[in-house]
Amino acid sequence: MLEVEAGAKTTIHFTLNGKPAKAEAETRMQLADLLRHVLKQYGTHVGCEHGICGACTVLIDGRAVRSCLIFAAQVEGSTVTTVEGLAGELGELNDLQMAFRKHHALQCGFCTPGILASATQFLNERAVASERDIRDMLSGHICRCTGYTGIVEAISATAQNRKSRDKKQTSTEKDE
Amino acid sequence: MKPTAFKYVRADSIEEALSVLARYGEDVRVVAGGQSLGALLNMRIVTPPIVLDINRIVALSKVESGRAVVTGAMVRQADALSNGTIRRDVKLLALALPHVGHYQTRNRGTLGGSVAHADPSAEIPLVLATLGGEIELCSARRVRRVAAKHFFRSALVTSRGGDELITALHWPRATSDVETAFFEFAVREGDFAIVAVACAFERQAGRMRLGFGGCGDVPQVVEVSAPSGINTNAVEEIARDLSKQLDYRSDLLASANYRRSLATVLARNAMIASLEKARAYA
Repeated sequence: MLEVEAGAKTTIHFTLNGKPAKAEAETRMQLADLLRHVLKQYGTHVGCEHGICGACTVLIDGRAVRSCLIFAAQVEGSTVTTVEGLAGELGELNDLQMAFRKHHALQCGFCTPGILASATQFLNERAVASERDIRDMLSGHICRCTGYTGIVEAISATAQNRKSRDKKQTSTEKDE
Repeated sequence: MKPTAFKYVRADSIEEALSVLARYGEDVRVVAGGQSLGALLNMRIVTPPIVLDINRIVALSKVESGRAVVTGAMVRQADALSNGTIRRDVKLLALALPHVGHYQTRNRGTLGGSVAHADPSAEIPLVLATLGGEIELCSARRVRRVAAKHFFRSALVTSRGGDELITALHWPRATSDVETAFFEFAVREGDFAIVAVACAFERQAGRMRLGFGGCGDVPQVVEVSAPSGINTNAVEEIARDLSKQLDYRSDLLASANYRRSLATVLARNAMIASLEKARAYA
């Protein structure tokens, strides 16, 4: 059992974007604030701070979670991935991010880091993504610029590209 | 930081959690998924001296199937949605879960947390009440089970004692004789339901249990007879009669009258859908 008094700080150890992270936080500090104010990782955006807008969504152990509704102390031992962890070592965009650019899936970009986190889990879970399923998943995010059409297209295109890439790989293996 | 300062206690076992509740009672807020409590803390609507985190209690995340399906309080909504036992034996819950919050909040939100929170528009309490399920409560003193219809007292008020922890929910298993349907109306997908209707039709008995959520302060369940071969006119009449008997609240989203009108339409649709599944509809 862990007990931390009100106002006292606790040390949290977790994996952030593939690297070990260690930080101190008061019990009442949310993960979103730990990422931005303590660890200075500004990729995670904070909108409504009560779970509605979805801007602060990050991946915790592979699942898309509101970082404004989870206390920093609760991620002890977990693996956290933010938008900073999606791109490659040299900052090259991944396939999902490239598709967002190609399909004009963002304008101001405030909602984008959260949507990318959700879409990452969503695409990892399935090979085929119907428009209905994509829109259902997106109902947990608010975007005031795009009207969502480009976002749906980008996620759908990524699913299709990954599927045809996997197919190609399988047929190459067969040829060999 | 938005919440007021609180003492944080992370329990690793049910016994540890119960000892904290026995010692501090009403001063404690239990955090399960935190998808409702987190918002209330951030807005300082609740300012508890102590927050008890039960996320690491492995024993609370089990789904077991016996005479009833028993789900641990910490079973996450997303896991319940993909659980084979629940999809097979508690179909009404499987139908309702996609309406609970969003994809992202279901990753964290739990079955037990939703029941403990007792929001009038919440789907999980509604399904538990409609099926005649029970809530298992533990304290250092005793273990007891309370029928859902006695558990929900008012909006956000339950009969849980200050030293008690919800440990599990008991869902009666659906037999092949029962067909179910779930409908709700919300402004956007994933928003709070203005009205939600759950329906369980027992074919052999020619009987239906209809649960209404979002209408009053607690889920309201009524039983009606629905003989095989019942037609649209009869269903519509039942829906109209039923919806007149219920309590309705008015708020910023909808007036009591509007809620009654929605309850009539959704009850009709839910009855027809479950009759069609049972092929008992003329």
